Amino acid sequence: MDLSFTAEERAFREELRDIFHTEIPERIRGKLRHGLHASRQDQVEAQRILNARGLAVPNWPVEWGGQDWSPVQHYIWQEELQLACVPHPLSFNCTMVGPVIAQFGSLAQKQRFLARAANLDDWWCQGFSEPNAGSDLASLRTTARRDGDDWVIDGQKTWTTLGQYADWIFVLARTDPAAKKQEGISFLLVDLTTPGITMRPIQTIDGGREVNEVFFDGVRVPGENLVGEVNRGWDYAKFLLGNERTGIARIGITKARVRRIRELAEQEWDGDRRLIDDPGFRRKLASLEVELKALEMTQLRVVAAERQLEKGKPNPMSSVLKIRGSELQQASTALMMDVMGPYVAPFFDEHEIEFGNEPPPGPADAATAAPQYFNMRKVSIYGGSNEIQRAILAKAVLGF
Amino acid sequence: MDFDLSDDQRLLKDSVDRLMAETYGFEQRRAHMAQPDGWSRGSWAQFAELGLLGVTLPEAQGGFGGGLVEAMLVADAFGRSLVVEPYFAHAVLCAGLLRHAAEASVQDEMLPVLAAGESLFAFAHHERAARHCLSHVETTARLGEAGFVLEGRKSLVLHGDCADRLIVSARLSGGMRETNGIALFLVDAAATERRGYATQDGLRAAEITLDGVIAEVVLGLDAWPGLSRAVDEASAFLCAEAVGAMDALLALTVEYMKTRRQFGRAIGEFQVLQHRAVDMQVQLELARSMALYATMMAADPDEETRSRAISAARVQIGRSLRHVSEEAIQLHGGIGMTMEYRAGHYLKRLAMIEKSFGDTEAHLDRLAAMGTAW
Ligand SMILES: Cc1cc2nc3c(=O)[nH]c(=O)nc-3n(C[C@H](O)[C@H](O)[C@H](O)COP(=O)(O)OP(=O)(O)OC[C@H]3O[C@@H](n4cnc5c(N)ncnc54)[C@H](O)[C@@H]3O)c2cc1C
Repeated sequence: MDLSFTAEERAFREELRDIFHTEIPERIRGKLRHGLHASRQDQVEAQRILNARGLAVPNWPVEWGGQDWSPVQHYIWQEELQLACVPHPLSFNCTMVGPVIAQFGSLAQKQRFLARAANLDDWWCQGFSEPNAGSDLASLRTTARRDGDDWVIDGQKTWTTLGQYADWIFVLARTDPAAKKQEGISFLLVDLTTPGITMRPIQTIDGGREVNEVFFDGVRVPGENLVGEVNRGWDYAKFLLGNERTGIARIGITKARVRRIRELAEQEWDGDRRLIDDPGFRRKLASLEVELKALEMTQLRVVAAERQLEKGKPNPMSSVLKIRGSELQQASTALMMDVMGPYVAPFFDEHEIEFGNEPPPGPADAATAAPQYFNMRKVSIYGGSNEIQRAILAKAVLGF
Repeated sequence: MDFDLSDDQRLLKDSVDRLMAETYGFEQRRAHMAQPDGWSRGSWAQFAELGLLGVTLPEAQGGFGGGLVEAMLVADAFGRSLVVEPYFAHAVLCAGLLRHAAEASVQDEMLPVLAAGESLFAFAHHERAARHCLSHVETTARLGEAGFVLEGRKSLVLHGDCADRLIVSARLSGGMRETNGIALFLVDAAATERRGYATQDGLRAAEITLDGVIAEVVLGLDAWPGLSRAVDEASAFLCAEAVGAMDALLALTVEYMKTRRQFGRAIGEFQVLQHRAVDMQVQLELARSMALYATMMAADPDEETRSRAISAARVQIGRSLRHVSEEAIQLHGGIGMTMEYRAGHYLKRLAMIEKSFGDTEAHLDRLAAMGTAW
């Protein structure tokens, strides 16, 4: 057993850190550090810089632009990306649809979609959830009916993240209404400009627009846009969701937020002492750092175990990462609110924060503290809710 | 001890509940917020008509003649409906300040005006470096030829953007956080410079600059005792408001769990989720008890006894509201994350209550410093 990083791994880390800091514009990284969102343009710009370096989709097969890295290298890549506040390569492209196409798609689909997805030439969004199919995703009702060579889609998707920016949507649709729940579902790639699709924004409680409802009314999709085999979509979706879960711990993002909390607490005065000198606050901060360290070591164990696991087989331990990772993301936003004190209250939308004549009142970053706290409630809901993760662990690990 | 309401109190509660049912549904609230001030002058007039603006004021001064129990009933109802009018700033904070810090002659003049709701009052007290310290006042007052001249910046002044009159705290003497040397003045809001904005929970506030403003009226030159009492009473109000909000939110959550179906059954049938709702109920009950306790103790003239009780209540309420509101969103799933649904609005209001007039940690610090003994 050797629990330290090798010299090569440390050098690899330095190299990436350097690239992220020097090549991704501070204009973009600063936004994330201050709790603002990257715009569509920022996201595209950052991903293209990464992609030019082969750093957008290292998790893909090498022949499609991936890297032949060890699990530890992948881990370092993700952590450094997050610590540097680089917008993560769009997950819908890079950890969701890309790997599915690479693994199960036809050669024509790979040639048509993969390079464009890696470079964010196409922006993808995820059309899985429906109003009545959330945790129970397999009960989805959107249908795709064969008509000649085409598929015709009818139904509704919801919670479609950043659908307003997207060019394409990958959809789970029922293709065999007679089959058992999981067995009659297919995985389709749909051009969002196809007639019959309408999108309606849903405003989230932080005031942002990040999710949408998508309606399909007789949407005609060419047969070649079906991924893999008909009625095997559930298998592909499970493969995809397994990839989603490990990413969702976002330890690096929480670490970056905790660093920022420390920085801001050093600048914030409480009477004649700095907040960072308040023993009560220091204990809270230290306590969160301990919890984060424990999660980080757990993540490293999961990473190390990946070498032994059969390729593509999900590790139920990733549910531990998801539960704890989401809880700590939430806890860090709550601690950030503590730093701001009463200055969490003023509401300024992101445009005003960035371009207003005067900054919002209070400490730096005060205006994004409460919105982030509200918004981060989502991380224990999506990607398989924390209750569903517990159900997975109860079965897969404890054998109930 | 008697936990039952009197007939008059019941009548008050019924009439407030009825008003809320008729005028403060979710869509109606949205319409109130879309008005130019960010709240409804129409609702304001209805509050005045029902006597709610002067609910704790004596009848002789145009009030309803109630006490803190009556205020608690209003708070509970307003918490359920997420009222956005400047009730707390005007009818709770400023009414309390006038009652406890102003001379009788000033009270006789101002309280009827306040109870009628004709002129809108706001409390300009907080300053940038105060954090949770109530006695932090850097704004200065100095006696000039035309009266007291005020110099300083006030921050997070709830409803300061549309107030007609401001009750301003300023320092006559003493260090930045000393309780001695704080005075209260009445100022014409139009004489100040204001930057208004919305708050996360849909209320309004302002940053206010006092640049040589002359006070209209001196409320009190040794104002700390009255100020701290008024703010403790206001804290009791916030506790009751939080309980109203939590109660409504829990009911909403339970109802949702009984109707939302996944995996072929109502999610409320999953025992693991039932237990989660029960834990919310436990937190709510503790909060309810402590809100009552706060109401009971808020009138205690002994500052230490009173503030110990208020801080204890605020600690429990702070913990309960965090638990109840976060769990409510979780148990709703995605729908709880949207503006279109009530639950998230409770989360936001409750989170802001936690940060008003001392957060949970600050109240715990206050208790720890006192060496709690009941
Ligand atoms: C901000 C946001 C972005 C999203 N983005 C996308 C997206 O881009 N694409 C997409 O397809 N989806 C997306 N989702 C949807 C997300 O995956 C669902 O919200 C999630 O699957 C939960 O479903 P639901 O919201 O319908 O809640 P429900 O499934 O109705 O769950 C309600 C509550 O019941 C609990 N519960 C349900 N079943 C059980 C059980 N068997 N045992 C114990 N507890 C249970 C849940 O954990 C939750 O607490 C997004 C959601 C959010 C909030």
